[in-house]
Amino acid sequence: MGEFTMPSLGADMDEGTLVEWLVAEGAEVARGDVVAVVETAKSTIEVECFESGTVTELLAEPGTTVPVGTPLAVISPAASGPPAVAPGPGPAAAAAPATPLVRHQAAEEGVDLQAVHGSGRGGRITRADVSRAAHPAPARIAASPLARRLAVSLGVDLAAVRGTGSRGAVKADDVRAAAGSTGAAGEESAPGAAGGESAPAAPAGRAAPAGDRDRLAIARLMARAKREIPHYYLSTVIDLSAALEWMRTENSRRTVADRLVPAALLLKAVALAAREVPELNGHWIGGRFVPATGVRLGTAVSLRGGGLVAPSLADADRLPLPDLMAALKDLVARARHGRLRASETADPTLTVTNLGDQGVETVFGVIYPPQVAMVGLGRVTDRPVAVDGMLAVHPTVTATLSADHRASDGATGSRFLTTLDRLLQHPEDL
Amino acid sequence: MNATRAADTARTTYREALRAALREALRGDDRVFLMGEDVGRYGGCFGVSLGLLEEFGPDRIRDTPLSESAFVGAGIGAALGGMRPVVEIMTVNFSLLALDQIMNNAATLLHMSGGQLNVPIVIRMTTGAGRQLAAQHSHSLESWYAHIPGLRVLTPATVDDARHMLAAALDDPDPVVLFEHGSLYNEEGVLDAATDSVGLDSAAVRRPGADVSVITYGGSLPKALAAAEELSGDGVDVEVVDLRSLRPLDDATVLESVARTHRAVIVDEGWRSGSISGEIAARIAEQAFYDLDAPVQRVCSQEVPMPYAKQLEEAALPQPASIVAAVRRAVA
Repeated sequence: MGEFTMPSLGADMDEGTLVEWLVAEGAEVARGDVVAVVETAKSTIEVECFESGTVTELLAEPGTTVPVGTPLAVISPAASGPPAVAPGPGPAAAAAPATPLVRHQAAEEGVDLQAVHGSGRGGRITRADVSRAAHPAPARIAASPLARRLAVSLGVDLAAVRGTGSRGAVKADDVRAAAGSTGAAGEESAPGAAGGESAPAAPAGRAAPAGDRDRLAIARLMARAKREIPHYYLSTVIDLSAALEWMRTENSRRTVADRLVPAALLLKAVALAAREVPELNGHWIGGRFVPATGVRLGTAVSLRGGGLVAPSLADADRLPLPDLMAALKDLVARARHGRLRASETADPTLTVTNLGDQGVETVFGVIYPPQVAMVGLGRVTDRPVAVDGMLAVHPTVTATLSADHRASDGATGSRFLTTLDRLLQHPEDL
Repeated sequence: MNATRAADTARTTYREALRAALREALRGDDRVFLMGEDVGRYGGCFGVSLGLLEEFGPDRIRDTPLSESAFVGAGIGAALGGMRPVVEIMTVNFSLLALDQIMNNAATLLHMSGGQLNVPIVIRMTTGAGRQLAAQHSHSLESWYAHIPGLRVLTPATVDDARHMLAAALDDPDPVVLFEHGSLYNEEGVLDAATDSVGLDSAAVRRPGADVSVITYGGSLPKALAAAEELSGDGVDVEVVDLRSLRPLDDATVLESVARTHRAVIVDEGWRSGSISGEIAARIAEQAFYDLDAPVQRVCSQEVPMPYAKQLEEAALPQPASIVAAVRRAVA
């Protein structure tokens, strides 16, 4: 007669809590079977027994904490027969061999072990077999390869799309309809397709009221970005005294409605820097970087009620500052009212996330696939800076760059931020 | 000069375009000669070489005995000896008698000689069905030739290609097999006066469209265009790609088209099993899988020896109606 005792699961363990029995009294166990779950200070561990036989008595109740070495159960040596036959209710059924842990799992998930095909050694039923029986794989959704690709890029759940193709297959149009977008807007351009639809994946889809669906879309897109894109991050503090001084002078000559805000200056500078450092302005498509022909600056706009969209300012690098300012105001207002146009949501080449008005100093963004970089701008804040060997207090902003390491290296990113800094020191040229 | 130009822009038939190409080649290069069964006195069994014997004489327009293996072999020997032979085989069915010469000699000598022996021969032959010539004169076996490395396999489908592919084929230092579909000889078209040469490596988009790519060649091109015309009335915008060359295959043009339309229908008069359409479908699956929005469709001949009876022959061949049906399945 053997005792099953609270094991020592580490040099520093002196007591443990019995969480759960995986065997019942009367159960046959074999050496190495998992019979109990024990919680230690560090984690929950499945514990094996070291004897074969019948569990004649359980000595401890689940939930009790006992010192190491305390007997938990009594295991009598097996009378005869194969070690691990399921006891089964009523007359012992000739079920496939399964360990107590597997039997326990089967009982919990309501799986009849007799109906499970064992894939383990000697026909043993494994935990995976039980899981498979408990959660049969969902029927594969018939969808065209293009539809699948689109569903990923638009953040659409294929299972929720009604297919209109032959035998109910989901086609690209069904996905587009489900995503609420139309036509080419938001569609990935085919790798290598010359002159076809050119729009790469839309960042955060559409400007509908933010709901679960939008959250889901953002979730998928951002998860994909973090999963697929090896981000590297750079940060620099830019002195804005020259830029803001120039803006004040400029604004004094303008009507209140036409005044510039620092964001416009910053966006224009980012757009010009993107033109100067084209390695960050474009898309990662089909395993390579495809530089964009112009600068369509995405501006992340958070929506009331949650969620965000990143509509784009076309030709941001060429728009005169006052026009950019007007375009920005218009865009943000319409984004928040859910009135964006497809062309504006379609295809930013570089996106800026500006959390300045939210108060944080530094923001490191997550890149919108298939773009290859994201510029983050924090709050404009007064900081002590050294000027000509003297300490001064200047308005500054922390500009960051999250960039795709597949498409560029730190040196390129560094050149971008340096360029941005230089441009902001000459606001009259913006 | 002006007269030539006027003549070139006139309407012409596929047959006349081939004859003009032969005449030009014979005039332009003393090494060029034509040989084959009935090419001389009879004027070619499809009338392509009519009048050339009178113009160029029996040394250059040579009638041969009924022995494909012999005269194709002689052509290969002449090519090795510095000539530029154009060898005509009546139909692709008979070419099998010369397949040993074509594959084991013409196609392989360059490799087996370590690059020392080019075989600059052009072999013309008729292919395809549709004229009630029964099984032994009607098959489309060009995909068998497209299987062989060392050959270039051309399938002119338009009067422009018929007019200009021969010269380009003669310029090629290696063996070229030119397949002329029997149903095309009487097709009329207007020669493009601006074209005086054609490349041999690229497929052509004969009709642009946005909804589905119909990929075809040779004698099936007019049927595909007719189907596209019919479908346009129903709002289905069909792009028709003419392969022009089966070896090498210009899959870039095909894949680009499929990437735009997301759907592919391949029309091939060969039998479906082991056909060139199977090769193209495989390349699309390999290289454009994620562009596809529907399964690739194929329209091929029924897998029977080509029937003689008119209705049965029509039923066995790809027809505009069967192409229309396949396109509808693709866009469904």
